[in-house]
Amino acid sequence: MNQPSKSVAVQHEESKLKLSSYITGFGLSLLFTLATYLLVTHHAASRNTLVALITVFALAQFITQAFLFLHLGSETKPRWKAGIFLFMLGVVFILVAGSIWIMYSLNVRQTIPQEIQYVNGQDNL
Amino acid sequence: MEPTLAISKTALKHQEETEKNNHILFGFWVYIMTDCVLFASLFATYAVLHNNIYTGPRGAQIFDLPYVLGETLLLLTSSFFCGLATISLQNRSKRKVILYFALTFLLGLGFLTMELKEFRHLVLIHESWTRSGFLSSYFTLVGTHGLHITIGLIWMAVMMVRILKNGLTSGNVRRLKMLAVFWHFLDVIWIFIFTIVYMFGALHL
Repeated sequence: MNQPSKSVAVQHEESKLKLSSYITGFGLSLLFTLATYLLVTHHAASRNTLVALITVFALAQFITQAFLFLHLGSETKPRWKAGIFLFMLGVVFILVAGSIWIMYSLNVRQTIPQEIQYVNGQDNL
Repeated sequence: MEPTLAISKTALKHQEETEKNNHILFGFWVYIMTDCVLFASLFATYAVLHNNIYTGPRGAQIFDLPYVLGETLLLLTSSFFCGLATISLQNRSKRKVILYFALTFLLGLGFLTMELKEFRHLVLIHESWTRSGFLSSYFTLVGTHGLHITIGLIWMAVMMVRILKNGLTSGNVRRLKMLAVFWHFLDVIWIFIFTIVYMFGALHL
């Protein structure tokens, strides 16, 4: 009689998803999206403040959807899903930040210094 | 003693199947993570190239923000209905699963139509991917997302036929769960396209 009770346990684990988590996730995502849109279209603050704010909103919406839609963190103990998710975040960070850094650095180092640009400008006149 | 044995045998089989399905779902999750890396490389390309406009326009000149908000809301609502379908999947209610996936499909199709119209408009005013580095990276990034959406829609249509033919078998339930993960993932990617491409673009970043 051990087996049936085990399979009931498995089914229980499956049915942890709740309607409320989807409604909360949808509401929060809607809020973050509309807030971002209204802030940008109304130029509600200085540009740097706006960029910082909407970055925070995007990350907040990302976390909301990762937990409430993709059910990250609802796993039981060997948390392989969460583990590989964190690894992905690491790879993405290295890829994006590394590319921007390298290309920015390359751009700065290959730009002609100010004086030469000035001389070239004189030649064109 | 015999009936007990029979019950435990079916239970064992059920457990084995659940375990197998969980392994496949994990494998699919790993695929989703690698797809995130693909999108990350396209985002990195966009970040590097978005100021290389050559003689072409800047993002702020060609993006129609209310239109993009409309697209975003369609996809977000579609993702929500996909969640409702997942819940109906748990209760094994076939009619609700079909209803919610149909709504997901229609909203997704609406999103794709809007995106293709936007692309068509840009090509018609001669601001296509050949114009500048910015436009190449823009079309590649947003186009790859659109391609994923297209594949998701085809997959959804195939699953509808499968449900109607075979019902909610354990294999079909597993496939629908994978499809739901795929669909939510595409909405997550869109958050960043919305913010980084369209909103940062509008701010001349």
